[in-house]
Amino acid sequence: MSLLATQALTKSFGDNRAVNGVDFTVRQGEVLALIGSNGAGKTSLVNLVSGLLRADSGHIMFEGNDVTQQKAYDRIKAGIARSFQLVNLFDHLSCADNVALSIFSREGKTRRLGTLASRDSTVWNEAHELLQRFGLDRHASVTAGVISHGERKLLDVAVAYALRPKLLFLDEPTSGVSTREKAPIMDIVSSIVRAGGITVVIIEHDMDIVFRYSERIVVMHQGSILADGTPDEIRRNDAVTTTLIGTHPTGEPAYGGASDA
Amino acid sequence: MADLAIHVLNALLYSSVLFLIAGGLSLIYGVMRILNLAHGNLYALGAFVSAWVVGLAVNAGLPSAVLFLLLPAGALAAAAAGALIERTLMRPFYRRPEEYQLLMTFGLLMILEDLIRFVWGPSPLTATTIYSSIGSIPIGDGRYPGYNVVIIGVGIVAAAFLWAFIYRTRFGVLLRATSQDKRMASALGVNVNRVYILAFTLGCFMAGLGGAVVVPSQSAVLGMGVDALVLAFIVVVIGGLGSLEGALAGALIVGVVREAGITYFPEMELAVLYLIAAFVLLIRPAGLFGRA
Amino acid sequence: MDAAAPATRIRASWRAAAWIVPIAILLLVAPLVLDSFQILTLTYGLIAAIGALGFNLLLGYTGLLSFGHSAFFGGGAYVVAFMVKYLKIASMELFLAGSALASAILSVLFGYVCVRYTRIFFGILTLALSQVLWSLAFKFFWVTGGTDGLRVPTPTLIGFRPTGDKMDYLAHQYYYYVLVVFAIAVFVMWVIVHSPFGKALQAIRDNETRAEFIGIRIRRYRLVAFVISGVFTGIAGALWAPLNGLASPDVLIWTFSGEIVFMTVLGGFRTFVGPIVGAIAFTYLKTYAVGFTTYWQLLLGVVLVVLVLALPTGIMGAAERVFARLKRNP
Repeated sequence: MSLLATQALTKSFGDNRAVNGVDFTVRQGEVLALIGSNGAGKTSLVNLVSGLLRADSGHIMFEGNDVTQQKAYDRIKAGIARSFQLVNLFDHLSCADNVALSIFSREGKTRRLGTLASRDSTVWNEAHELLQRFGLDRHASVTAGVISHGERKLLDVAVAYALRPKLLFLDEPTSGVSTREKAPIMDIVSSIVRAGGITVVIIEHDMDIVFRYSERIVVMHQGSILADGTPDEIRRNDAVTTTLIGTHPTGEPAYGGASDA
Repeated sequence: MADLAIHVLNALLYSSVLFLIAGGLSLIYGVMRILNLAHGNLYALGAFVSAWVVGLAVNAGLPSAVLFLLLPAGALAAAAAGALIERTLMRPFYRRPEEYQLLMTFGLLMILEDLIRFVWGPSPLTATTIYSSIGSIPIGDGRYPGYNVVIIGVGIVAAAFLWAFIYRTRFGVLLRATSQDKRMASALGVNVNRVYILAFTLGCFMAGLGGAVVVPSQSAVLGMGVDALVLAFIVVVIGGLGSLEGALAGALIVGVVREAGITYFPEMELAVLYLIAAFVLLIRPAGLFGRA
Repeated sequence: MDAAAPATRIRASWRAAAWIVPIAILLLVAPLVLDSFQILTLTYGLIAAIGALGFNLLLGYTGLLSFGHSAFFGGGAYVVAFMVKYLKIASMELFLAGSALASAILSVLFGYVCVRYTRIFFGILTLALSQVLWSLAFKFFWVTGGTDGLRVPTPTLIGFRPTGDKMDYLAHQYYYYVLVVFAIAVFVMWVIVHSPFGKALQAIRDNETRAEFIGIRIRRYRLVAFVISGVFTGIAGALWAPLNGLASPDVLIWTFSGEIVFMTVLGGFRTFVGPIVGAIAFTYLKTYAVGFTTYWQLLLGVVLVVLVLALPTGIMGAAERVFARLKRNP
């Protein structure tokens, strides 16, 4: 049974069919890249699955349960988490606060108004540990609004990861980040993945990253899934290469790519 | 039948004045995204200036026709005040969060309230000469004040003029463009500052006109601004903030409900109005014609 | 904000104590040093501070600007007046309990409707709802006393009847009573804003989407904040009524809500003590302005405009900047 399966999922914005009857599945434990040109429907699909958008029709099955009508916070509780392409953080709170809030929420502790947050050392220890893992511990007490863009992207991932989700969506985790900063972000992401227990779906435009880190690639085009397969299969898929990746004048695909995932 | 006609006229009368005030408030919000809490006091300013000017003219023995011509003085005064306020107080806040703008307009409300008292004192000012100079028109068995019909007329003309201005003139296009997307309009070469000045001045002019037009039938009293603002509020909540059609629809609804209220359940009509406003906010927060 | 090392925490506590202890001492000995009028003004200030503290839970910590808090303050005051007139009650403790309960009910009702919206619509909705209450107070004048209001005599404090001169009693026994309630209110609010719940509120304030996507039910949390806020302000209103001797519609009208906003912004809504400082400062400012000129509204209006123009972070914000500069250039 797949961890996530959408059935004929559809969403339109006016005349524009952003997501057109999509059957999208994600298997437990895999690392999946969701690619496609702008407007292909990738972000809309993730927005639908995570609960930011309401579907017009279709179903979303998570762990066998129909979550289509569930609000976002219920889906989070069920085990879905995401980072955002345009970073969404608590800008007036410290980096440690940002991560700790995920932990407090995960543990159901955000309901408590009679105890001091600073006294819960288990939460703060975990928060600091996580910041360390993400290379952000030197910013623990720094307000999230003032750190660099790349660090904010990392923090956004950390906040989502701190929820210990079963399914983690990363929406363009390296967009807007300098090439030099992309590698550390993806290294952390891959270390998360290798640590196990989590299924990751990455929306990405950078084909280097896509081919290096993913086990399976789903290509979307104009609201539908164009192709679905291993990196090798995708690279050899003519339809994909012509619409998306582009070809050399010789007809060879532009991206040779490394074949290690 | 005659009773019904009178009720309808009363409702239209109230709606006219409300439309002028609320329309101005809505216009300002629609273009500038500022909710001017001091807007009611510009209505009050219009009333006081008009009453004062007419009072001077009456003392000078000028004929009624001249009095009529002088009546809009209040609207011009409000417009001038608006231009001054925009230049000095509004501009520093355009880039600030709307909470600060709201607070600034609240401060302005307090300032205007006391300025009016400072200039004209605590006693009400009247312009009843104009009111009586028109006499009454027969309706059924009774008579109905002719001046009330004038107010209704002014309201209709104002609505028509505004509609034409906003939908049929070049500046109206600029106004609509700026209210929809300020940055885009600016990128396309629209002088947003000039649009803002004009929108604010026009909005204040409308409020002042409301005061000018209403003062012959009811006096200019302290506190009328604060009272008017809440009513204008109800109108734009029901009709939709930022929409002129909404201000019109809201004004009509409030006028009718108030007239029905005064006739059938007096003492409650205000509470009923607030409840209607709250109800509309519940089911359709943007109002009948508003954008979210 | 996050758990600093124990050493820094202890240092922070000592720093806070360095401020709290002298202020507490000053507040305790005030009636021995200042005259009745001064003490009464201070009492009004402390009462306003409780209200502002409640109000700022919504503004500073949850990011919601309410223009309808007069409903809770006035509601609390009128509940006291009703308890006196219709239930023949004279106990301050019962007054506080009754007002707290009534405010809780009212804020659940108002809040349920209002927290679905943010920013300007939230403000408009709170204003409209509070005006419903105001207009009801006016229209049902045979119940509420209309513009005249309802008289509120001095209540019993912990069972003790008021003795001696009324002014004297208010300036001493009543002042200490208010001081105790104030201290409790400050403590309770301090715990709440520093709790995980308080952090969740700040998260909602900073980024509603993100908060939802870490599993927080936005509306529910806002509603709880709204209710706590309403109860605090209702308690303030209950304390105010016996001091004022009268419950009148002036504290129900929307311009009074504006004063609550004013005093909070005056003190600085981004800090915990800002509302307290602002409420006391505003109370003194208004008292002296009213005594100084009949155009006190003009004076206060100018202060407000200058405040938001030049000093948006309020008194505490300015104080923090001054301290930071002093630290850099000792």
